[in-house]
Amino acid sequence: MRRLVPLWGRTVKDTGEIRLEHGSGGALSRDLVEKVIHPFFKGDSYSELLDAGPLEKGSDLLMTTDGYVVDPPFFPGGDIGRLSIFGTCNDLSVSGAKPLCISLALVIEEGFPLADLRRALASAAEAAREAEVRIVTGDTKVVPRGKGGGLFITSTGVGRRVFPLPLSPGRVQTGDAVIVSAPIGSHGLTVLAAREALPVAGALRSDAAYLYPAVSALFPLGEKLRFMRDATRGGIASVLNEIVQSSPWGIAVKDDAFPVTDDVRTVSSLLGLNPLEIANEGVFVALVAGDSKERALDILHSHPLGREARLVGRVSADSPGRVLTTTRIGGTRIVDFPRGLLLPRIC
Amino acid sequence: MSDESRLARSLVSEIESVTARIGRTVRIMEVCGTHTVELRKQGIQSLLPRHITLVSGPGCPVCVTPSGYIDNAIQLVSENRAHVATFGDLMKVPGASGRSLSSLAGTGRVKLVYSPHELVEIARETRSPVVFLAVGFETTAPAIVSALLEARDRGAHNLFLYTAFKTVPPALRFLLSNPGNGIDGFLLPGHVSVIIGADAYTFLESAGGRPGVITGFEGLDMLLGILTLLRQIERGESKVQNAYPRAVRAGGNPRALELIARTLEPRSETWRGLGPIPGAALGLRPWLAASDAEKEFNIPPAEDHEPPGCLCARVIAGMSTPPQCSLFGARCTPDDPVGPCMVSSEGTCAAWFRYGGAR
Repeated sequence: MRRLVPLWGRTVKDTGEIRLEHGSGGALSRDLVEKVIHPFFKGDSYSELLDAGPLEKGSDLLMTTDGYVVDPPFFPGGDIGRLSIFGTCNDLSVSGAKPLCISLALVIEEGFPLADLRRALASAAEAAREAEVRIVTGDTKVVPRGKGGGLFITSTGVGRRVFPLPLSPGRVQTGDAVIVSAPIGSHGLTVLAAREALPVAGALRSDAAYLYPAVSALFPLGEKLRFMRDATRGGIASVLNEIVQSSPWGIAVKDDAFPVTDDVRTVSSLLGLNPLEIANEGVFVALVAGDSKERALDILHSHPLGREARLVGRVSADSPGRVLTTTRIGGTRIVDFPRGLLLPRIC
Repeated sequence: MSDESRLARSLVSEIESVTARIGRTVRIMEVCGTHTVELRKQGIQSLLPRHITLVSGPGCPVCVTPSGYIDNAIQLVSENRAHVATFGDLMKVPGASGRSLSSLAGTGRVKLVYSPHELVEIARETRSPVVFLAVGFETTAPAIVSALLEARDRGAHNLFLYTAFKTVPPALRFLLSNPGNGIDGFLLPGHVSVIIGADAYTFLESAGGRPGVITGFEGLDMLLGILTLLRQIERGESKVQNAYPRAVRAGGNPRALELIARTLEPRSETWRGLGPIPGAALGLRPWLAASDAEKEFNIPPAEDHEPPGCLCARVIAGMSTPPQCSLFGARCTPDDPVGPCMVSSEGTCAAWFRYGGAR
């Protein structure tokens, strides 16, 4: 058997202007943040690119922010209002914090139906009640017709650290187990099918969910819980690649280990998409010490959001910096960051 | 271990023993772009013995379309004020000018379609002429011409096809006549063969031919196809075998073939990388001239110009592998491709970039 050898560098070129692909959650998104945005704001205490950071060094209060531009704003299983609450709460949750409060900034395009605005806000309010977070402040802007995308929402959240250790790639070790909390790919496919009016939607529903209850159930693992991340834009493939990027180890997974529903499998294969690259709004990746994987799975399986959690792979010293998967017939290939424009504007 | 990987393992060990008995490097060309992707995506390349070299063939429709076709399409939008509808893969292919159709995305006159059947509605909703960039092999052609016929039936006479349909058997004949590529046998395309049938390849069995095995797209299908081919190579045979009988019949799909014969006729066109190949393209028959964009807009023949340094042409002809190109992975990536082999999801360079190459 021959070894798989990567043959290229990982460089992404400077393309001179912002392209839609910069927002796809894949290689170009990562590049934009790392090479263009982060250098302006990097400080001693914020050297790592994390989803949420402390208000000041050593603070127990964490802050995160996220913009929502999903098109269409309403889709089976969710809407932009619900996403704008849950998505921000989820970023805090996987950072080890209990969400406390949120601010909402609305950018509304002239002509957007008031009824739709009310519907999105009602949904956001209901989501906030479910997540027990307060909407403490907000802002409203209206842009001329044609200069906006209907409704954009930016939500900023603050949470209190509950898990005492950083949940960052820095704590990951060889031998750690990689767990995916729920079936993947349904959100991105649902939104794509709704936007393009594809006649394949069937029973597809977004998985948009508030993850804190499931995430915090893993906190008792203590030091054995190494890293968590919700697998939104760019899907599982992006999360796994971000973990291994510039690290001395890689991740080995198995294609048939991932939880995928029959609907998602069928529709994504029809559209030529890889479920690993599709966005989720109710799935997280957890890395736990190898000797704690059964306990972590037991905890997740007893929780409604983690009933179908699966062990998908492990951190390995082979293939540093790479995610390799074993295919169903026992072959090996690389899982790269998603490239190009799979599903624009899905969160 | 799953049943599938157990079966795969026994196929691989059989492939290893046949290859050992052949005792030299064997070059197998996968003709079809979907095979190019699936062989790597399913990790088959990583399972094969070192002495087997998989060479990608000219089976990616976007890759074999000459760059001048893109320039002509851009001109349709920018000068003829036509609307152009296309499958997504073509959008980012740079023409000889370096511009791609995606540079016109903001004009509202370039429309992405997922299925040719959307064309009827698009034409009915558009006042201007709508030109569909009809790129594809025998698999895609029937659906596209049937959409054209439906549009004409429903009075949407503003739908035109700019055809760059290609056909597989004449391209294989052409490759056979070029012994320089050292191909020992062909993995024949599964989907194209569903339409044209196994009998379309009998010329491979005549003098100077090579063995060919029609192969499906599941991992086990492809391992079986490779093993079947190796057994022929070991015995020194040149036969056409059908290892995908659950989908491919000897005579193909008669309805699709009848539709192709009624609406399209063979002609000679330039294939990117291979040059002009006699009879290896399909154009609209004269009775459909009123829907032929080339006639309506006086489109000149599409010439082929390679971007400087791009080895796509050699890659398509099986003469080079992607890493032999100095642009590969550096100046040319899926995020900013130079040649069509990196643009198309079925392109050889894109498949090597995404899934890794074996050496």
